Amino acid sequence: MTVIQVVFFLVAAFTTAAAFLVVLAKNIVHCAIALVFTFFGVAALYVLLDAEFLAAVQVLLYVGGITILLLFAIMLTSRISARGVRVMNEQVGMSAVVVFAIFALLAIASLKGFALVGSPPPASYATASLGRLLLTTYVLPFEAVSILLLAAMVGAIILARREREKD
Amino acid sequence: MVPLSHYLILSAVLFAIGMFGALTRRNAIGILMALELMFNAVNLNFVAFSRYLPSTMLQGQIFAIFVITIAAAEAAVGLAIVLGLYRNFKTINVDEINLMKW
Amino acid sequence: MEKTLERFYAAFAALGIPWIVPQLILMLVVASLVILFISVSVMFMIWWERKISAHIQVRYGPMRVGGWHGWAQSLADGIKLLIKEDVIPAGADKLVFALAPMVVFAAALAAYVIIPFGPNLIVRDLNIGVLFYISISSLTVVGIIMAGWSSNNKYSVLGALRSAAQAVSYEVPLVVSILGVIMTVGSLSMIQIVEAQQRIWFVIPQFAGFLIYLTAALAECNRLPFDIPEAESELVAGFHVEYSGMRFAIFFLAEYANMFTVAAIATTLFLGGWHGPLLPPWLWFLIKTYFIIFVMMWLRWTLARLRVDQLMNLGWKVLLPLAFLNMGITGVVLVLRG
Repeated sequence: MTVIQVVFFLVAAFTTAAAFLVVLAKNIVHCAIALVFTFFGVAALYVLLDAEFLAAVQVLLYVGGITILLLFAIMLTSRISARGVRVMNEQVGMSAVVVFAIFALLAIASLKGFALVGSPPPASYATASLGRLLLTTYVLPFEAVSILLLAAMVGAIILARREREKD
Repeated sequence: MVPLSHYLILSAVLFAIGMFGALTRRNAIGILMALELMFNAVNLNFVAFSRYLPSTMLQGQIFAIFVITIAAAEAAVGLAIVLGLYRNFKTINVDEINLMKW
Repeated sequence: MEKTLERFYAAFAALGIPWIVPQLILMLVVASLVILFISVSVMFMIWWERKISAHIQVRYGPMRVGGWHGWAQSLADGIKLLIKEDVIPAGADKLVFALAPMVVFAAALAAYVIIPFGPNLIVRDLNIGVLFYISISSLTVVGIIMAGWSSNNKYSVLGALRSAAQAVSYEVPLVVSILGVIMTVGSLSMIQIVEAQQRIWFVIPQFAGFLIYLTAALAECNRLPFDIPEAESELVAGFHVEYSGMRFAIFFLAEYANMFTVAAIATTLFLGGWHGPLLPPWLWFLIKTYFIIFVMMWLRWTLARLRVDQLMNLGWKVLLPLAFLNMGITGVVLVLRG
């Protein structure tokens, strides 16, 4: 086994363990903290895949943005983090079966379907070409996403705002 | 070098875990977290494919950027909805919010 | 420098040991050096801040410990914190409580990877450079929320939430303010940014960006006039009320280490990095960085604390539009010049 493989398996084990904790932990704040570690594991995998820019964006947006938003929401609705409350609903058994079936399907497909894809081409510094692609070929989706973000921002503010007393 | 299938299977594991969480969690914020896990699994797939295909093909990474952006928008709107739910129902357990179910 | 490295690797290769072993040894050595530098620099900064504050208030500050102007005061304080009892509050979430200082310190430490102390004195010149600092610094906020929540104290939760709100809202102007520099250079790499400033420091064409960066950086470090998260007079001490002894020392260390990072990034981006006449490059870099730190301390002891709403108004309604304006003007100028 080469060093890269060892690193990959370590990171993969770390990410999977953290992901399990996200889903299974009793306390919702522990879930959020485990989620941070999962995001970091995925960012490390991006680095292994020579996508440094995406790794930085992953940490910046998921850890610095989404997790903090989640933690804020948890703090604002903190009554539910009381102990002794049931965490899962009654669909656990059925969900486990369904999820396992989907996982088996995906695993078989990944093992059989992409056997022809061999070793990757030599790594190249891609950040500049990423930026160029975003502003040439993909400029329309880029603008559409900007408008979507604006709409989401306005929507979130209107939804979360306290309703004024009607005069 | 790590073969592509390793990344794909890891991504499948993450996706399955996230899906299990989304199906079983009672807390609405917990469901949102499980959704983020699924987004991450999909992104991992995109980036892995973009690495293992010829290096001129960066579409995978471009897609991952769009997915991350949309995940951010989804989290903002989703959490605003959760806050609205909490204000109206004093709970965010999704199985107790059943006003539309008679 | 590079030749010694090659010889170091060759010595191990001759013994038939895989290259990962010398690499690990090298990583350990570099990390220890960085930690050593952080501790010494933080101890100096704490002593210095006490001296500056004392002189601004017409006092002497520490004078006794160690002889000349109490230079050993921080050393003594550090030893005191080390041998104090490790207290964990009864209602605290023990695991998260223990994890929080580590997360905050890891974020502070990781940022040192990209600080260019001199032409070859950089741990690693990542090609995402500045972006690495921006993304890793957002981890600090998570650590602070962990600390505040796990202490199980209303003041610490309030402080942590204020800190998170502040850090998130000031991160946006911070990032936009440095875009002007990045657009001019056309690269995120710290080394290339410094090399682009051989003729003129970016503080002159990017003066507005520099001011916005400095203001937002003060807020990122939770320093006065933006120290609402720690406001001693209303929140006791913010997120670390319940921390004592070594854990508190780690928070303190991380806070001052962050201050150094922020100043070092400002030096790299706006003040020409290591460029300067006569003196060796690393000395120039440190002089400029400590000058910015001095300005930050000076501001701390001169200005009063803002209110929460004033803070948010300043961030979203003043700094952010100005930063966008700066970015737009830079873009137009760059296009006109070709």
